[in-house]
Amino acid sequence: MAFDQDTVRRTAHLARMALPQTEIPAVAEQLERIMELIGTLRAIGTEDTSPMAHPLDLDQPLRSDTVDHRDRRAVLMANAPAVEHGLFLVPKVIE
Amino acid sequence: MELHELSLRALHQGLQERRFSSVELTGALLARIARMNPTLNAFLTVTETEALAAAAAADARRAAGEDGLLLGIPVAHKDIFCTAGVRTTCGSKMLERFVSPYSATVVERLAAEGMVMLGKLNMDEFAMGSSNETSYFGAVRNPWHTGMVPGGSSGGSAAAVAAGLVPAATGTDTGGSIRQPAALCGVTGIKPTYGRVSRYGMIAFASSLDQGGPLARSAEDCALLLNVMAAHDPRDSTSHPAAASDFLRGLDRPLQGLRVGVPEEFFGAGLDPEVAAAVQAGIEELARQGASVQSVRLPNNPYAVSTYYVLAPAEASSNLARFDGVRYTHRTEVPKDLTDLYQRSRYEGFGAEVRRRILVGTYVLSAGYYDAYYRKAQQVRSLIREDFRRAFAEVDVIIGPTTPTPAFPLGAKNADPVAMYLADIYTIAVNLAGIPAMSLPCGFTRGGLPIGMQLMGDYFADDLLLNVAHRYQRETPWHTARPSFITGEA
Repeated sequence: MAFDQDTVRRTAHLARMALPQTEIPAVAEQLERIMELIGTLRAIGTEDTSPMAHPLDLDQPLRSDTVDHRDRRAVLMANAPAVEHGLFLVPKVIE
Repeated sequence: MELHELSLRALHQGLQERRFSSVELTGALLARIARMNPTLNAFLTVTETEALAAAAAADARRAAGEDGLLLGIPVAHKDIFCTAGVRTTCGSKMLERFVSPYSATVVERLAAEGMVMLGKLNMDEFAMGSSNETSYFGAVRNPWHTGMVPGGSSGGSAAAVAAGLVPAATGTDTGGSIRQPAALCGVTGIKPTYGRVSRYGMIAFASSLDQGGPLARSAEDCALLLNVMAAHDPRDSTSHPAAASDFLRGLDRPLQGLRVGVPEEFFGAGLDPEVAAAVQAGIEELARQGASVQSVRLPNNPYAVSTYYVLAPAEASSNLARFDGVRYTHRTEVPKDLTDLYQRSRYEGFGAEVRRRILVGTYVLSAGYYDAYYRKAQQVRSLIREDFRRAFAEVDVIIGPTTPTPAFPLGAKNADPVAMYLADIYTIAVNLAGIPAMSLPCGFTRGGLPIGMQLMGDYFADDLLLNVAHRYQRETPWHTARPSFITGEA
């Protein structure tokens, strides 16, 4: 079993996802099914195969080092749930 | 024919000859949406006021002498494309009230041509789904049979076009999300070569796989839209410098000498016999028009779904990390500390399928598992691309079914995520390789559900696919059929 309940809890913490205890057994079962599907890849020999990260063999394009953006902070922050003086508000992190 | 049944060409002609105005056309479709959307749930947002204003502006441009092929013609966007001033939900509670400060390049380009946006279309949450049932706003219903799914994730786009609510729509395709709903709703859709259509302002799911494209009622209509949608965009670092092309130019080329490959792997166990028969008949029609048909092998295709369910969730877990309860709309109530704020906001904001994929992606990227899963899947991805390379050395297009079955009933595959994933068994390899592919209607089941045929081409052979599809559609009636639900209800 790749995905026991402890693995679900650990992975959920890494993903910053608060799964209620009651959901963990069902999630573990579903993820185990998905990992079984993924596990079929083990049957393929890939020793000499290089990994493919991207469909197109393009170089990363560069742009000229000039200022081309206006300051749009207020507009860009308009969707944030809590903002004050142009800063995101979060619970206190330093006592 | 009524306004809602006309092709983009016919709409352009009607506008050009002043048989109707854009305002009249837009008004007629808005009325149709108001009447039918409560049943279909294809539109999440209808921008009636903005649409009528844009239509009036298009009529003014035409009166002043402009004659663009898309000027004054309505369109609607999958709710994954950002639209300045109009909410963009991505089918998620997380973005229920999100209003983007800018528009996607695709949205801007179509608007600049004078297309009139009628609204935003329903979709699986963050494009993760094959039935539209993962949408926070409820499932879309298939206009051919309202008890059936429309496919996903661009299910709202496919259903709206099929039902005649809009003549064309945008969609996105990460593992089949344009082609699969196009097949299930009996419309035509193309996933272009990766890098053709800008991803700027298209909310990211799996960045190395995501590609935008059009859904419409014919290959010619798709070509008209793609002519505007495909263009190099400096704001998307994966946009190809040679993205733009004239997809109408070669549309009429005869098929004499075309080499068609049929992959054995697409006709094995699990394929519905009615789907197989309709696709075979489609291939025979192309042979009748002068194409030669041969068998090809794509031996690694059976591993495409497994490969995809490592790579796509891995990329998604990274892309969706930005939804943290701090920057975008949804935030939990009274968090006790910062970690609690993140964790509960993300649990509440995402639906079960999105949460599942984030967990899978996080797991395969976590320390100790990277080589076993992520690197392994990237290697198999290379093998899948090699399969296509070998095949395209012998043939010009590869043809098979788009989906293993026609539309299935709502709720039929919800209990088992893996069963749902296998609905994309024929579409996923294309995204992993980055090649273009399209789906077009090729027949019906005895129960009256549409069947889709898939055409796959080599890199940047999008124009050839549209050419083959157009020649096929000149000789066959399937794409002109309209859902019985519509006439029965109206």
